[in-house]
Amino acid sequence: MTDQLTQLIYLVSTALFILSLQWMSDPRTARRGVFAGVGGMSLAVIGTLLHPQIINFNWIIAALILGVIAGIPLSMVALTAVPQRTALSHAFGGLAAGLVGTAKYYLWAQHGQLTRFRMGAIALEVILGFMTLTGSLIAAGKLQEVLPTRPIMYRNQNLINFTLLGVAVVIAILLVIDPARPMLFPALLALALTFGVLLVLPIGGADMPTVISLLNSYAGLSAVAMGFVMENKLLITAGALDGASGLILSIVMCRAMNRSFSNVLFGAFGQVQAGSAQVEQRSAKSATAEDAAQLLENASRVVIIPGYGMAVSQAQHRVHDLYEELAKKGVDVKFAIHPVAGRMPGHMNVLLAEAEIPYDRLVEMDDINPEMPQADVALVIGANDVVNPAARRDKNSPIFGMPIIDADKAKVVLAIKRSMNPGFAGIENELYFADNTLMLFGDAKGVVGDVVKHLHGGASH
Amino acid sequence: MQFDFLNGLFVLMLSTFIGLMVIQRVSRLLHTPLMSLTNAISAIAVVGAILLAGEQESRLSTWLGAIAVFASTTNIVSGFLITDRMLKMFKRREPAARSGQ
Repeated sequence: MTDQLTQLIYLVSTALFILSLQWMSDPRTARRGVFAGVGGMSLAVIGTLLHPQIINFNWIIAALILGVIAGIPLSMVALTAVPQRTALSHAFGGLAAGLVGTAKYYLWAQHGQLTRFRMGAIALEVILGFMTLTGSLIAAGKLQEVLPTRPIMYRNQNLINFTLLGVAVVIAILLVIDPARPMLFPALLALALTFGVLLVLPIGGADMPTVISLLNSYAGLSAVAMGFVMENKLLITAGALDGASGLILSIVMCRAMNRSFSNVLFGAFGQVQAGSAQVEQRSAKSATAEDAAQLLENASRVVIIPGYGMAVSQAQHRVHDLYEELAKKGVDVKFAIHPVAGRMPGHMNVLLAEAEIPYDRLVEMDDINPEMPQADVALVIGANDVVNPAARRDKNSPIFGMPIIDADKAKVVLAIKRSMNPGFAGIENELYFADNTLMLFGDAKGVVGDVVKHLHGGASH
Repeated sequence: MQFDFLNGLFVLMLSTFIGLMVIQRVSRLLHTPLMSLTNAISAIAVVGAILLAGEQESRLSTWLGAIAVFASTTNIVSGFLITDRMLKMFKRREPAARSGQ
């Protein structure tokens, strides 16, 4: 009877999760989506606590309380640190799945209840769970810059990684054939943990949006596998929703870079072509903040193209000031958002929203590109590869074919950059050498601040 | 309630399709909050962890279950809170700034 009650509660909870994602389709209903999610989760927890199998609540209550205590500060991180937080929470998700799988293995092995089906589900759960755990920890370390963000390479990398995964799969199969091989299970755990580390180590900082999305998907799939282990449909449903979400985000990210999954995971972007950049001495024109202010002030249409550099120098609030100053002077300002700008999907949108820039000013790449030839000024703030025209023209460029924001088509391009050093992957950006481009050298926050000062000063005359 | 493998596969297939279709419609503006929201939702693993910690079958399983409850709860709490925090920031243009048009 009580089990049926639990199942009914799970049913409602599933519906709420689907509605929650449904409401994320529009910023106006999105917060309702969060409430639906919270409702679904609360019901799921209550429904589970009602389950007759549960005989002791002490541990559960203690763990729930500690989880709340740890979760609150993690939700208050600066928005520039959101990618790290996200990676860390994928790691926690993987950990939970891995631990539950491990515990179930030993329980069932002890009681001789380890059927082949159960063993298969557990193998899948611990491989996905533990590889998500270590992979996400490495990703978080790279994003937090505790670990080097450049790809870490060694000889025969792909061969070693594939061999590891192959061995893990073979062990999993052996365990399914005969679950009573107690030595093999710890080996499976160790391989999954190692594989996660090795999978993410060779991936560079600019590929993080794709990797985070993939890990998101794995975390979801590990919950699905847990659903098969625990024979729980709610786990399968919610895990599948998360897995689908990660998958779609990964596809969006890959398309935005014109690359395949395998290329992101095994291509170690950013090392191969360091030598292919032309060593040609070309000169770029530079301008002062005052020049920039004048150009912006006299423009009627300005498109601002933010990139990860804006996040690094925390320039988003100055960018808001710039937006306000220009809007006051009757300039039409839009922001062009490339899907892979930043370190996770949608990163720029969140930073600009935090800086109180209205979201109807944030325009996706495909929608802004047709308007670029009408723009008087394109202001590039800390973006590099996503505005590199070589992606359109130069067949030899490693980023050839990647969709870009056509900054070069604007009448004047202003590019804020710390120095002429090529960015990620050492690809030289010919945009900086174009006739209609003026460079503003300096830290994004400082430069934008100076421009704002000049704009403000100009108005008071 | 009975659970069988095929039943589970049906549920998996249907919810994957629903997921793909619903998520495709999510505005790109909201991809970051989407990820933190699905993070929180996939912390549904808490259900399995609670069952494990509450059955008290063995000391090991209780401990591992409790750690898993902790990890999932952290994700639930931080995931929902940060999603809401981010979504609150997405505002449309206020009438005051409209003069820029």
